[in-house]
Amino acid sequence: MPIIVVEVMPKAELLDPAGKAVAGALTRLGHSAFTNVRIGKRFELTVDGPVTESTLAEAKKIAEDMLSNQVIEDVIRVFEAPAPGASA
Amino acid sequence: MSRHIADTVANAIATPEKEQPFAALGLKPDEYAKIREILGRRPTSGELAMYSVMWSEHCSYKSSKIYLRQFGQKVTPKMRERLMVGMGENAGVVDIGEGWAVTFKVESHNHPSYIEPFQGAATGVGGIVRDIISMGARPVAVMDQLRFGAIDHPDTARVVHGVVGGISFYGNCLGLPNIGGETYFDAVYQGNPLVNALAVGVLRHEDLHLANASGVGNKIVLFGARTGGDGIGGASILASDSFDSTGPTKRPAVQVGDPFAEKVLIECCLELYAGGLVEGIQDLGAAGISCATSELASNGDGGMFVELDNVLLRDPTLTAEEILMSESQERMMAVVRPDKLDAFLAVVAKWDVETSVLGEVTGTGRLVIHHGGEEIVNVDPRTVAIDGPVYERPVAYPAWIDALKADSAGALPRATDGTELREQFLSLVASPNLADKSYVTDQYDYYVMGNTALAFPDDAGMIRVDEESGLGFAIATDANGRYCQLDPYEGARLALAEAFRNVSMSGAVPAAVTDCLNFGSPENPEVMWQFMRAVEGLGDACLELEIPVTGGNVSFYNQTGDQPIHPTPVVGVLGIIDDVERRVPSAWQDEGNNIYLLGVTRTELDGSAWAGTIHQHLGGLPPQLSLDDEKNLAHLVQGAALEGLLMSAHDLSDGGLAQGLAECVTRFGIGARVWLDEIIERDGMDLTSALFSESTARAIVTVPREDDVKFVGLCEARGYPVLRIGVTDGTGPNAQLTVQDVFTVPVAEIRERSNATLPHYFG
Repeated sequence: MPIIVVEVMPKAELLDPAGKAVAGALTRLGHSAFTNVRIGKRFELTVDGPVTESTLAEAKKIAEDMLSNQVIEDVIRVFEAPAPGASA
Repeated sequence: MSRHIADTVANAIATPEKEQPFAALGLKPDEYAKIREILGRRPTSGELAMYSVMWSEHCSYKSSKIYLRQFGQKVTPKMRERLMVGMGENAGVVDIGEGWAVTFKVESHNHPSYIEPFQGAATGVGGIVRDIISMGARPVAVMDQLRFGAIDHPDTARVVHGVVGGISFYGNCLGLPNIGGETYFDAVYQGNPLVNALAVGVLRHEDLHLANASGVGNKIVLFGARTGGDGIGGASILASDSFDSTGPTKRPAVQVGDPFAEKVLIECCLELYAGGLVEGIQDLGAAGISCATSELASNGDGGMFVELDNVLLRDPTLTAEEILMSESQERMMAVVRPDKLDAFLAVVAKWDVETSVLGEVTGTGRLVIHHGGEEIVNVDPRTVAIDGPVYERPVAYPAWIDALKADSAGALPRATDGTELREQFLSLVASPNLADKSYVTDQYDYYVMGNTALAFPDDAGMIRVDEESGLGFAIATDANGRYCQLDPYEGARLALAEAFRNVSMSGAVPAAVTDCLNFGSPENPEVMWQFMRAVEGLGDACLELEIPVTGGNVSFYNQTGDQPIHPTPVVGVLGIIDDVERRVPSAWQDEGNNIYLLGVTRTELDGSAWAGTIHQHLGGLPPQLSLDDEKNLAHLVQGAALEGLLMSAHDLSDGGLAQGLAECVTRFGIGARVWLDEIIERDGMDLTSALFSESTARAIVTVPREDDVKFVGLCEARGYPVLRIGVTDGTGPNAQLTVQDVFTVPVAEIRERSNATLPHYFG
């Protein structure tokens, strides 16, 4: 069954304590190539039947109303995941 | 992306007529004119940013200042005895003896907590804890005073879940016990919940630190979290509306906190203090760097030079104005002697806290800030931080208040038969404001650190300070918005009296007061009248009880639409106890003790929980208050506790005797037989009043049978009304509360009703 993916990230201006902690750990472990880490969320919504304009629109609405907190987070992308085996 | 170039002082002189968005930043035309007059030119955009935030109601107290002065004036020499630091600093400091001092303060975080309940409440805890650290103290406990909308309103659960979750997240991560507080529900707080946060810290006398920047040449050091774009309200207007900026245009007005960073900051600061490495220190809260630099400079030698490019940024696109206004959390600013700078930097490096030297103290009397090699701020810091506008706003006696006062609860029907009184008793026990609050308090750590002697549901929270001697303190906070709506002067006095009584019942001796005054809009003359009366009442009552206000906070503009909240002056009282081992429990733990009612019961149902819950009524006059009686009751209980005569003491307030009995039986499951006929006969009243009246200066205490004569003798010697009203009796599943000839309720049923309410709505 097709899957709609929703990606949510903390707003760019706001502190991301978990990301900061990981960034600090990377430095301590010797991975100096990375200057920052930000941690977001990915939701996979399995759709009953084919993905249509309307299911996509519904997923977008859910993403903004329920899956993210618009005060501190942004919905980055809502898209249909490529079928397994398909090249990305 | 082209870098935003800040407006320079030279540019401000060259372009005097440039239009500036002062109104959008919240400044009134006459305030803007005043800034131009002070500077003798137009402000730069950076200066305008600083003035606008520092002259805001929140930072300048411009509407409340003329009233708050009386807290400093209504004092006696006795009130100053224990006061090491009074109002005006980050928090008041009280000498509790044995070389120890306690610092405590309550602050509001109401508006952020409505927009983003979790982070709003969390950063409220973080902010007040930093106030405590900046006094040189180790934070040891927090408490939160919460007021939400109607419990059954669909939006209330969102706010409750967020706020309680945020408080427990931040406080528990910091490892601080949350030892008390309040949770109320009332429709008046629907669109404007109150989230007040109190923190308390302990220090040795010699560790006291103050927020001032003295000593020319001393370094100004910013340390802690990096500065980001969070919590910038007005700066975005500066950055985008009047300047051709390509930077981000919309900044969120909320902040995200990091309690682990704050925990490290606490330990780091304490090590800096222990090493004698800081001369002055200030936390960064509202108005961020604007506030810290201007306040430190004003309280010190007056001059300071700051290189804004040295501020470590989380987001390199921030403009100078945004850096000045950012409210990023977990930051502190210290004044460090040059010869101690290396040692200072070694300590912060050890704790992995990022640090940058921003500038130094100067002898110029000016706060000068450079950015990108240009002078963008050059002001007298006192004009920013201290000599802001002061308003004597119009006050008006509320048109509606006489009618409200005339509408007494005395006319409401009162039950006389046992079945109906039993049902009313259980309705009150289960009502949102009297019901068990474990749903909230179980989310908090309250024994962490191992010094908690008392915590909810006790009348007061108590913490041991000295592990050898047992020296400790107790804190209770109270505010009854319903009483304050009826009469703000008496309501504020009653709030103080109740907190005073709660602390006294624990065996501690009240010593100091903090307050968080939550009101509607100061631009509404009726609200301003309520504020004026409440402050007068609190000031008068503090003078009468001889305990000083040591600090606090004013929160205005609390309203839903045009409807202001009930005036809600949250009053916190701190008491001292020589040995926490001698604390008095607030509920019954043993069978066979006699139950005594101390004080006189009058028919006082106006504004009561009974009137509100059973009849949805609010009107009349709040209960009479005699602070002499309160003092006598406190002395009596403290005296009896010293002689070891008391098994428990519980103050009576909301819900009256009935609620007091319910709380005493449910806590440890000890039943009781109680009779009311003697109260009714002595004080001349009906059953409803005896059970539900909220007369002040009352408490129920339990005394072992063998100490009866001694205890009654003590009461009579002090002339305090005392009446034996029952005996504790029954334990286990069969325990019950029997009010003789009225009703009998199994303790299990009381518990079930009391415990069910909050989980039903939020569980």
